Amino acid sequence: MNALFATLLIPLLGTLLMAVVPRCRIAGWVNVAFAAATTAASIVLALEIFESGPLLSPGKFFYVDAFNVYLLVLTAFVATTTAIFSRPYMDHELAQGRVNNRRMRLYHAMYQGFLFTMLLALSTNNLGILWVALEGATLATVLLVSLYRTPESVEAAWKYFILCGVGIAQALFGTVLLYFAAASVLTSAEDGLLWTTLHGIAGQLDPTVMSIAFVFLLVGYGTKVGLVPLHNWLPDAHSEGPTPMSAVLSGLLLNVALYAVVRTKMLVDGALAAAPNVPQPQLAGYLMMAFGLLSFLVAGLFLHRQRDIKRMFSYSSIEHMGLMTFAFGLGGPLATFAALLHMTLHSLVKSAIFVTVGHATHIAGTQAIDKIRGLIRTQPTVGWGLLLGTAAIAGFPPFGLFVSEFLLLIATMQSWPWLTVVLLSGLAIAFAGLFRNIHPMVYGNQPEGQTPVKANMLPVYLHLLLALWFGLAIPAVLAQWFDQATQLIAGKGVL
Amino acid sequence: MNFAQFTLQEQGVVILAALVLFTSFSLLAQTRIIACIHAFAWQGALVAAATAMVALVAGQHHLYISALITFALKAVLIPWVLHRIVVKLQITREVETVVNPSLVLLAAAALVAFSYYVALPVEKLSTLATRNTIAISMAVVLLGMLMMVTRRQAITQVVGFMSIENGLFFAAVVSTHGMPMVVELGVAFDLLVATVIFGVFFFQIRQSIDSLDVDRLSRLAESTEEEEQQDNHG
Repeated sequence: MNALFATLLIPLLGTLLMAVVPRCRIAGWVNVAFAAATTAASIVLALEIFESGPLLSPGKFFYVDAFNVYLLVLTAFVATTTAIFSRPYMDHELAQGRVNNRRMRLYHAMYQGFLFTMLLALSTNNLGILWVALEGATLATVLLVSLYRTPESVEAAWKYFILCGVGIAQALFGTVLLYFAAASVLTSAEDGLLWTTLHGIAGQLDPTVMSIAFVFLLVGYGTKVGLVPLHNWLPDAHSEGPTPMSAVLSGLLLNVALYAVVRTKMLVDGALAAAPNVPQPQLAGYLMMAFGLLSFLVAGLFLHRQRDIKRMFSYSSIEHMGLMTFAFGLGGPLATFAALLHMTLHSLVKSAIFVTVGHATHIAGTQAIDKIRGLIRTQPTVGWGLLLGTAAIAGFPPFGLFVSEFLLLIATMQSWPWLTVVLLSGLAIAFAGLFRNIHPMVYGNQPEGQTPVKANMLPVYLHLLLALWFGLAIPAVLAQWFDQATQLIAGKGVL
Repeated sequence: MNFAQFTLQEQGVVILAALVLFTSFSLLAQTRIIACIHAFAWQGALVAAATAMVALVAGQHHLYISALITFALKAVLIPWVLHRIVVKLQITREVETVVNPSLVLLAAAALVAFSYYVALPVEKLSTLATRNTIAISMAVVLLGMLMMVTRRQAITQVVGFMSIENGLFFAAVVSTHGMPMVVELGVAFDLLVATVIFGVFFFQIRQSIDSLDVDRLSRLAESTEEEEQQDNHG
């Protein structure tokens, strides 16, 4: 219990403190310290959950089980390593004059605020608060996207704000409908938005209202996940902001939005399965499969025509989120296990890639793919980091993403054999799209006068090593953990 | 639906709901920015009044607080902030051209019919006297989206956004007598922060493109990349 409060209060305190720390040289370190303390608290929380099962806070306001606790740890961990990268990176930006002291203060305060809203969204039991926290995460990051105040970044931030705002408004309507469905069953409506209560009475909820609610919730939170055709804001917002922001947006925020979709899917599935003569009891799953597959394929094709390195990796995020949405939609223990593993590995690898890309753009002085050349010659650590990271994200064998994609393919083969062909060709398209752009950037002749920069590659290698470790042998504790989460979502585990 | 069976207060709720929908239409048709903001303020006031009326009908005292917050936020504070920004940016006299205004209004009417169709199964389940206004609240949400699609000025887009928010709040009030208080406070807080950020944005957009016409924000579109590519090859 205390560990949970610590996990939430530390970043909240950080937000307030960072807003008043005047010197940004210290602020970078303080930022790291707060994020690290949050990680420590979340690990303690995870161990508590592992030993004593799901935790429901006395006021029923927070609910932490195997599914969200690992996302809490992952979120805090990636935020910490990104903060380590962010300190010298933002110092460099400050020295270049792209930001000033006031904006640095905003940046650090909002970094912590963003972390807080994500952790709140993950740990709350109240679906209304989940919405409030996700909208809060948008609000915390929107001014960071326009931090450089270039016309492009202002445009990206405006698009992000408006499209996500409208999208997530649909999710609020869906939440109102959920509450409505619950209020007509419960005697006291006050508990009608608590996930634990809703899950308990899922079988009695009206199936028609729940279906309509899920469509609204999927469109709403799907906008935040970046599902095609609601993805327009994502490449802009992820490419125009400061690179540490891109890393946490791509690596973490998309997960939290997908988490919200999966939680509501569990309720709708319960309602539809219990009701007699529903024409389509798998409605939620089918919708997620369709949207996921579409996003996966479209984003894979878009990878081929990108000219900005950060935009390219943003499309790769859409592609992977599509794959995960598809896997959760497919349901069943194996696909769910694969999706959970994929979620973790994608966060680790994608944030590592963005950190490397941040260094690469400092070396080349631009984000244009045609202008970045010969990274391995100039600075081997960055060049190899980019190459290995891309290999990992494309699903090359020794890395963990290969395992999760392989598991997903097997699960698809079992229930929808024809879709395996689509998935495999999609993976090939994405693979080709990434490597045709990456190859000249890491090899190739370096332009004259290109010099190495001071780079902190520790977060990159840490993340890639973890991805490698998960690919070779998933630690027993973690496998157990994913299995527990799978049991919660899919009804039974795989182990 | 038989109006004669309703008590006077229940009829009042229905009439107020109809007026809220009417303000949505007038938002769509209004081309002057200032008038748009005024129509939005009226919508906020009407939603607040309808909420207070529901509170009276259903004897739900916490709804009086919601009505008060709504009135303060959506009928007074947000319109006032927007008004000040318009004055500060010196665009008080600006008139916006809407492409095919009659077509937009026809589409709006179609959306209202559509929301009645979608809301049918929801209404069947409800026992509240206000249940037939659920369709109206959904229509307000959809009309707000239509407004955001058809408008080009950043400020009128924000008005559309806030009007969606009005529709959502109204939906919660008429279908379930409001969300739990903690959620409502959270949503109101988000809205407040959003207003501040929108304010900051108007100035940033103005600074970067020297106008508030968001159509000119088009540097990042995928199609322009292709054109650039062609330029480079040619």
